[in-house]
Formats: sequence, C-alpha cells, structure tokens
Amino acid sequence: MPGAPLLLPLLLIPLGAAVVLGLIGDRKYAAEINIFGSAATFAAGLGLALQVYEQGSFMAGGKFFFVDAFNIYLAVLTAFVSMTTAIFSRRYMRLEREHGRVGSIRMRFYHAMFQLFIFAMLLCLLTNNVGILWIAMELATLSTVLLVSLYRTPTAIEAAWKYFILCGVGIAQALFGTVLLYFAAEKVLGEGGDALLWTNLSRVSGQLEPTVLSLAFVFLMVGYGTKVGLVPLHNWLPDAHSEGPTPISAVLSGLLLNVALYALVRCKALVDGATQTHHAGNIMMGFGLLSILVAAYSLLRQKDIKRMFSYSSIEHMGIATFAFGLGGPIATFGALLHMLMHSLAKSSIFFTVGHASQMHGTQEMARIRGLFKGNPLVGWGFMLGVMAIVGLPPFGVFTSEFLILTATIKDAPATAPFLLLGLAVAFAALLRRVQPMVCGEVPSWQQPLRAAHVPVILHLVLVLVVGLYLPTFLSDWFQTAVGMLK
Amino acid sequence: MNLELAARINSFLAALVLLTAFAMLAQRRMNGLIHLFAWQGLLLSINTAIVGYVAARHHLYISSVLTLGLKVVLLPYILQVLIRRLKIHKEIEVVVNIPMTMMIGIGLVVFSYHLTAPIMQLSTMVTRSTLAVALATVLLGLLMMITRRHAVTQIIGFLALENGLFFAATSATYGMPLVVELGVALDVLIAAFIFGIFFFHIHATFESLDIEQMARLKEGD
Repeated sequence: MPGAPLLLPLLLIPLGAAVVLGLIGDRKYAAEINIFGSAATFAAGLGLALQVYEQGSFMAGGKFFFVDAFNIYLAVLTAFVSMTTAIFSRRYMRLEREHGRVGSIRMRFYHAMFQLFIFAMLLCLLTNNVGILWIAMELATLSTVLLVSLYRTPTAIEAAWKYFILCGVGIAQALFGTVLLYFAAEKVLGEGGDALLWTNLSRVSGQLEPTVLSLAFVFLMVGYGTKVGLVPLHNWLPDAHSEGPTPISAVLSGLLLNVALYALVRCKALVDGATQTHHAGNIMMGFGLLSILVAAYSLLRQKDIKRMFSYSSIEHMGIATFAFGLGGPIATFGALLHMLMHSLAKSSIFFTVGHASQMHGTQEMARIRGLFKGNPLVGWGFMLGVMAIVGLPPFGVFTSEFLILTATIKDAPATAPFLLLGLAVAFAALLRRVQPMVCGEVPSWQQPLRAAHVPVILHLVLVLVVGLYLPTFLSDWFQTAVGMLK
Repeated sequence: MNLELAARINSFLAALVLLTAFAMLAQRRMNGLIHLFAWQGLLLSINTAIVGYVAARHHLYISSVLTLGLKVVLLPYILQVLIRRLKIHKEIEVVVNIPMTMMIGIGLVVFSYHLTAPIMQLSTMVTRSTLAVALATVLLGLLMMITRRHAVTQIIGFLALENGLFFAATSATYGMPLVVELGVALDVLIAAFIFGIFFFHIHATFESLDIEQMARLKEGD
C-alpha cells in the first residue's frame, strides 16, 4: 500500500486554517489568510490527484481514507471552488462590512466556519467509512447553519432555522439507513469498524441481504436526498441560498449538493450490487425527474435573483440524479461531467449575482438593470454564466446534458419528453429574466463597484475549455468511475 | 444473566421508551418535556449497558456512559438553563387535538412493525424485537416536530428522534462501531450549542419562540 503524503495536509490545512482564523479574529489580513489557506488546500488536492493519476486508487491511514477516480475529482473541485470563493469573498465581504451588514465578531465567525465547512466536505469525500461520512455531512450542515443567519434579519433566521431542522431530520433518516446497512454488512464482514468501509462493502455487495438493503436505500435516499435538494425534500434550499451571504450560496450550491449526491451514488452502487435489480435506480430517476420539472416551473415565478438560481441548482441536481439513476456508461459519464460543470458555472453565476445585488442594493430582479453598461465585467460574466448553465454550446453543460439526453432516448425513451420539457422551460425562464437585467440603461440607484473578476473568469474559462475539449486525464477518471459504479 | 431474562428486560425497556415517546406527544409543559426526555435517555443508557453485558460487547459500556452523560445530564441541563434564561420555563404550549395526534402515533407504531418484520426474521439477536420500537420512536419524534409550533419543543422532538436512532443501532446491531458513536455524540453536542444560540436569536428577533411567526419566506405568485 503506497503512502499518501498529501492526504493529511489536504484535510488538516482547512482545519488548521479554521482554528487560526478563529483565533486571530477580524484582522485586516484575515481574508488573505482565508485565501491562502484555501489555495494551500487546493495545491495539496492537485498533488493528491497527480498521485491518483499515476498510481490509481488507493487506501491510506490504515484503511481510514480511500481515494479513487470518483472522489478525487470532487475533492479537487471542492478545493478549487473554495479557493475562488475565498478570493471573491474578500471584496464582497469587505463591502458588506462597509454597508454595516456584518460586524467584527461575525466576520471572525464567518472565516472560521467557512474553513470548517471545507474541511467537513473534504472529509465526507475522502473517508472510507460510511459512518464517518454521515458524521462529516452533519458537520457540514452544522457549520453553515449560523452562516445562513449571518445577517440576523428575520428572514435570514427563518431560513437558517428551516435549514437546521429540515436537514437535521433528513440526515437522521440517512443515519437509520446507515444502521440498516451495518446490520446487513456485519453478517458478512463481522463486527467492528471494518464492516462500514466502502472498500469492503463493495467487495461483498453481492452477498448482502437484498431486503435489508432495499429498505436501507429508501432511508438513505430520503436522508441524503434532502441535502441534494431533491423535490419534494427541497424546501430548505431556496431559503438558505437566498438569505445567506453570497459566498456561502456559491459553496452550498456548487459544492455541498455535489457531496451529498456523491454519498447517494456510492450507496446506490452498493444496493445495486446486492439486489441485482434496477430498484434503486428507478427511485433516483423518479426523484430526479420530479425535481427537474418542479424546479423548472418554479423558475418562472421567481422575483428574487438568488432564489431563482437556487431553483436552477435543484433542476441541475435533478438532472444529475436522474442520470445516475438511469445508469449505463454514457449516462453515468454525463452525470459525473454534469456535477463538475454545474458546480463551476453556478458558483461563477453566484459571484456575479452577488456583485450585481450589491450594486443595486437589492436582490429583487425588477430593480437590477443595465449591468452591461454599469459594469461590463459583472454584466458579461453574468450573461455568459447563464448561457453556460442553460446548456448553450460551446459550454461544458451542453456536452453533459447532450450525453444524458442521448442515453435517455436510448434507454428510457418514455422519460425523454419530460426531461426535454424541463430543460426547455428552464432555458426560457432564465433567459427571459436575465435579458432585461443586463441590457438597457444604467438606473439611478446603481452604485459603481470594484468586482472580484479573477474567480468568474477562471470558472467560465474552465467551463468553456471542457466544453470544447475534454482533457484526457478527466475522461480517464470518468471512465474509471463509470466502471466502478456499474 | 441468561439470554431469556435479558430479552425480557430489553422488551420491557423498549416498552417504556415507547411510553415516554407517547407521553412527549401529549406533554404541554416545557419542564415536563425536558424531564421526559431525560427519562428516555436514562432508559436507553440502561438498555445499552444490559445489552453490552449480555452480548459481552464492552464498547457498549462506553456508549452507555456517553448516553448517560450527554442525554440524561448535559442536554437536559442546557435546555433547562436556556428556558430559564429566556423566561419560558412556565410556559404552556397550545397544542391542538392531542387525541388525533395519538391516533396517528399508534398508526406509526403499527407501520413500524410492518416495515421491520422482514428484518426481524433475519436477525438472531436477543434484541431483535425492539427494532420496530426504535423505528417507531424515530417516527414519533418526527410527528412531534410536525405537530408542535414551539422552537424548544421542536428541538426536543429532534433529540427524541436521535434517541430512536441510537436505540435502533443498539437493538439491530449491538451498537455501531465506537468511532461512529463518538462522532455522532460530537455532532449532537455541536447541534446543542447551535440551537442554544438560535433560541436567543429567534427570541431577540421575533420576541417569542413561536415559529408560527416565521412565515415570511413564501413563494411569491
């Protein structure tokens, strides 16, 4: 078993940064330390990815961690988006402070919790233990609850309370599912921590009791599905995304939903191995399709800009869940790519949306006007981000949606019209809203602002590059992951 | 202690846990609710210790002590301090239609037995018959969270639900691996601090802990 010198740094840097930022508090350079910590995490992630690329998947830390093609790309993505979000949040939060929306104590809290959240997500992805995965997922929720209520407005507190209660209850169901999974596993693998390791479970998945695993999957689906934001378990999501600070919306939407879906997909692979039926896949397809349709129609009647894009996140997570449920090499490949593309495109949209609402002092779409003229970078970044997210070529979301659609027409033609309908409604709803916001004259209430442009440009370039040409290492990883999830 | 006796004690404790869960559904006083929650924790702790002794699983003793410390002493204490500070310890909640809630609760218990029947047949453990009670406790906690409108009551419902999960882990599998149980306990502890902070925020913003008032975030038409 090869050592993994970069695995511990990848986890310990964000944890250490959380402690440091909690101790030093709201100093002038706190935002820079936040960026530096995230950048170091990203560097460790890249190093680890290189090792996986050269050696293939491996276990580390006495079977405690497990790195393979599926989780490493999500870990690198998590580290990358957390870095760009930290860059964005430096200017964004400075302005929020100047506007008097947050004070010194809350800034200390904000920075520390941001890093703790990154740590929790990375632990979720890299742990080999299903139980630890659950604990880390709960930690990710808990570390963001008080960030959602950071502004202490009545609506922010309501949103955070909803998030706390609904995700708490949801994730409790996942723990019950985990108990059932352990119950089935210990008969085969014996008692103790080893019976909860992914690596052991997937090795013996054929011998696990199918009735128990079917029941366990229902609980796991409801539990982790709540965190993915699948309809009808999505109620917390638009509130939490629209009321919290925008950097938090960006990481919740771009990263947390992905991590929850990762957990669900791993569980599905196990259940499939045990039951040898398409039972789990069908459940996921149902939830996915319902999410796509409900979210697409909800997009039509939104007035708040961040709320609208959170419904778009529900729609895209629905697409990925549907594709994983469909299974098969093309759909799974498409779903993996879709998670990556959605995460990059959506967080860049949230960056520009954050700046746009700061310029206008509101999140109400009717009052956001003339972005092209007011601030070309925010305007164009926003427009291109939206074009990417609705699935226009040549952006990467088009590629992934096209793959998923092709597989749907081949394997489940009856569902294809619904999928297309959802995509078309979302397309129309988003472009109809965005066009008046970017075009036209600058309104009198618009304030000029220095936007953080690096994160937006980085994200959009990546989405564009992957749309035009998928790098070989990425397609190799996706192929390997597809093989594992079969 | 022979297995027969252990199984009986286990069933008896399970019945008492279920009883506390129903009592919580009907309890309207804050203080009474916290006491019931502490009693439920104590029953769980005793049950865990007995299962640990009979099955010779020594890590269950640690879980048992952890439960005793966290759910019988610490959490009820924190809740008591909070409701005293917020001056709501004498408050009586308005709960609509308790008989109806009880009827739904009974339905949930029947449903739990139905759902877990195939699993109980597979198990050979002395504790297998209590899995249904554990699931019922989870669902009753959920029911309590749905029917109540007070922030503190919702949290107690949430903690009762967590008790059900813990009970499920001991009755279906002789407890989860120790590292997992410790992690779950840590999460519950962090959650306790967070809801403590929350109570003050909600109280300061809405001047009451009645969450009926929190209905501003609705879908606009």
